[in-house]
Amino acid sequence: MIKVRIPTPLRRLTGGQGEVDIEGDSVSALINTLETQYPGIKERLCDEEGAIRRFVNIYINEEDIRFHQGLDTPVKQGDEVSIIPAIAGG
Amino acid sequence: MAFSDEQLQRYSRQILLKEVGGKGQKKIAEARVFLIGAGGLGSPSALYLASAGVGTLGIIDDDVVDLSNLQRQILHSTRTVNHPKVDSAEETIAKMNPDVKVIKHVGRLDSGNILDIIKDYDLILDGSDNFPTRFLVNDAAFFLKKTLISGSIFRFEGQLTTLKPHKTDEGPVPCYRCLYPEPPPPGLVPSCQEAGVLGVLAGTIGILQAAEALKEILGIGESLAGRLLIYDALDMSFRRVKVPKNPNCLLCGPNPTIKELLDYEISCTLPSPG
Repeated sequence: MIKVRIPTPLRRLTGGQGEVDIEGDSVSALINTLETQYPGIKERLCDEEGAIRRFVNIYINEEDIRFHQGLDTPVKQGDEVSIIPAIAGG
Repeated sequence: MAFSDEQLQRYSRQILLKEVGGKGQKKIAEARVFLIGAGGLGSPSALYLASAGVGTLGIIDDDVVDLSNLQRQILHSTRTVNHPKVDSAEETIAKMNPDVKVIKHVGRLDSGNILDIIKDYDLILDGSDNFPTRFLVNDAAFFLKKTLISGSIFRFEGQLTTLKPHKTDEGPVPCYRCLYPEPPPPGLVPSCQEAGVLGVLAGTIGILQAAEALKEILGIGESLAGRLLIYDALDMSFRRVKVPKNPNCLLCGPNPTIKELLDYEISCTLPSPG
């Protein structure tokens, strides 16, 4: 199982959960599983072409997937995946 | 500049720190810090920077104090409701530390005025409440080679990073666009305080911005440049992730396409419930 951290703005879609454990061997597999379990979440993360939105970052542990293999970045057991969208409140 | 006996007493507990000392206190007294917004983040930042003895604090805000601000905007008070926030801020700071010179700007930053307003400051703290201002401030700070300490909050969650892409002596460091290349289109992400925020969260992040600012002024410690700090008040967790410089950054990369300031549309859409 991979632990995925859900940011505050998206917790409405996960029934308030800030952390979910799901299976998947890549970021895109995780997103598809998330979408199956929590419909609507994928369109918050990805644009119409399926690319990660430019104001949403996904990290595997401390690493931004944009600087690795993007959606194809592999994940392994024990990794913690964090979804971190830009926020602007002050 | 020489400190008076009263000033030596006022700042004695930080002058005692060997990382500060008399020399550091002098740096703090000579520092010019610009605060964007006298709101949830700007309030605690301003109070701690003023109490530390920062010589000049510039503050911009276009708003007046509203009763609903007082849950988190601790520069203001019941008595200053309906007063311009910058006036209320100046008054509170003057009462706490008359050493501090406050320079007030009433209005909003835009591509036409920002360079002129921020050019005389050493350090900028972004505590604004919308994406267009955050991208504008990032771009302007990059063009003027100013260090920017960016804090933002949403409900129970805060983010903090220090941006100084002009400092290349310790390797490449990112700008805000390396972290988030573009603002969300209006309406897709709630960005305004109307979404709700835990007051003390603003305090936590605003004070962390002030801590980063003092470290920059003193040249001590390790800054958050190249890192994003994420604070979740509900599970009381602090996490840090890496923010590499984006080699293809449209602003600070080697082949920039953003060569002048852009005004994005300001949108303050209410979020869907939840």
